[in-house]
Amino acid sequence: MTGVRVLVGTRKGAFVLTSDEARTDWKVDGPHFPGWEVYHVQGSPVDPNRIYAAPSGGWFGQLIQRSDDGGATWTPVGNDFGYTPGPSGDPGTHQWYDGSQKPWEFSRVWHLAPSPFDADTVYAGIQDAALFKSTDAGVTWTELPGLRDADGPKWQPGAGGMCLHTILFDPSDADRMYVAISAAGVFRTFDGGATWQPANGGLLSDGIPSPAAEVGHCVHKLALHPSRPETIFMQKHWDVMRSDDGAGSWTEVSGDLPTDFGFVIGVHAHEPETVYVVPITSDEHHFVMDGRLRVYRSRTGGTTWEPLTAGLPQENCYVDVLRDCLAIDSLDSCGVYVGTTGGQVYASSDSGDTWNAIVRDLPAVLSVEVQTLP
Amino acid sequence: MSSIRVVLPGHLRSLAQCDGREVRVEAAAPTVAAVLDALEHSYPMLGGTIRDRRTGKRRDFVRFFACEEDLSLDPMDAPLPAAVAEGREPLLVIGAMAGG
Repeated sequence: MTGVRVLVGTRKGAFVLTSDEARTDWKVDGPHFPGWEVYHVQGSPVDPNRIYAAPSGGWFGQLIQRSDDGGATWTPVGNDFGYTPGPSGDPGTHQWYDGSQKPWEFSRVWHLAPSPFDADTVYAGIQDAALFKSTDAGVTWTELPGLRDADGPKWQPGAGGMCLHTILFDPSDADRMYVAISAAGVFRTFDGGATWQPANGGLLSDGIPSPAAEVGHCVHKLALHPSRPETIFMQKHWDVMRSDDGAGSWTEVSGDLPTDFGFVIGVHAHEPETVYVVPITSDEHHFVMDGRLRVYRSRTGGTTWEPLTAGLPQENCYVDVLRDCLAIDSLDSCGVYVGTTGGQVYASSDSGDTWNAIVRDLPAVLSVEVQTLP
Repeated sequence: MSSIRVVLPGHLRSLAQCDGREVRVEAAAPTVAAVLDALEHSYPMLGGTIRDRRTGKRRDFVRFFACEEDLSLDPMDAPLPAAVAEGREPLLVIGAMAGG
């Protein structure tokens, strides 16, 4: 059956939402891991029935759960994320909010990225920011410590903690990857993760002593289209940016957005210059502007944007849309999905022109991903 | 060996797929550390959920009660009360009162 499977992580469990190609009638399955904070749920591009979830909590720490049957049943796998010691025998330090140095300490997994090349390989982005890799489907995890060699002591936490929240693969080159960290910025590797370079040229950020510093930027999310992996779009804390040279340099494309603060960004499945963001009022007001939930779409690769409102609440709405809460399917009529802190998951089956709520009353949504099923 | 009754919090019972409120483990010694060793051996998915995998330190929001006493701050290798060691009372693993 051609269709979609939407994977939703919430403040109190995970849900799996399925529909056929029409995306009008939905089956809601869950909660899985009830009571646990599920920062991310993501499926393997190689084997869609293999799905990983990252439940965590203040009481009992981090779990990684794996399903090999499309989310019907789950098995706990490895949850040991030990940093690689540095020359001094410990993991070293990074910058704390007040500018002092603080030892690296694991607190949770923010993001899981199954490899597009191998069903048993999966990456995890964690807090305090580091990148881990498993080649046995999540049973054991090993850090890629070269990332923290890229000025790690200068990295500092954003409001949510110092998290590695974005992992992008170049589908044309298994050795090229990009990650983003709040608040450190973008880093890229050309050698499969052994060595990394900061890739923040052109970013300007308040809140760091030098606005154009090589590291220290609060990048919120990256997205790319698989047919054009050199072009990367970014929602920074403030500013929507693009790069056309594989993160070598960045140019602002916020254009006529009503505010350029936000968390999510995504690219249309069939139109590499069609981009989606959800503007959020400001970093002091973490809710949408004017009581209206508006997804903005640019068909010009940024700069000129149009609000998409049909079917979305346009009064008395004060939700946030967190950084992993926008997803895009690859059916012929491209679907777009947005999850909110109010517990709604909205779906559009026409590239964002019109929207419907799949569910309205989940716990606060922390992540939304979608699998397009053959 | 000591046959120790352990009461787990709901989240960990679900994770370990335990039937009932209590589990019984055969610990090498009547201490919290040995009970946790045995518990994690029988239920590997509990590794890291009660104590840190590397340091062995109790997680901040986990407490140990038995016989109406709080054992959380006792050394992990301190002897458990005789009633626990003899199986008349369980060791309670508790999620701290932090949920509101």
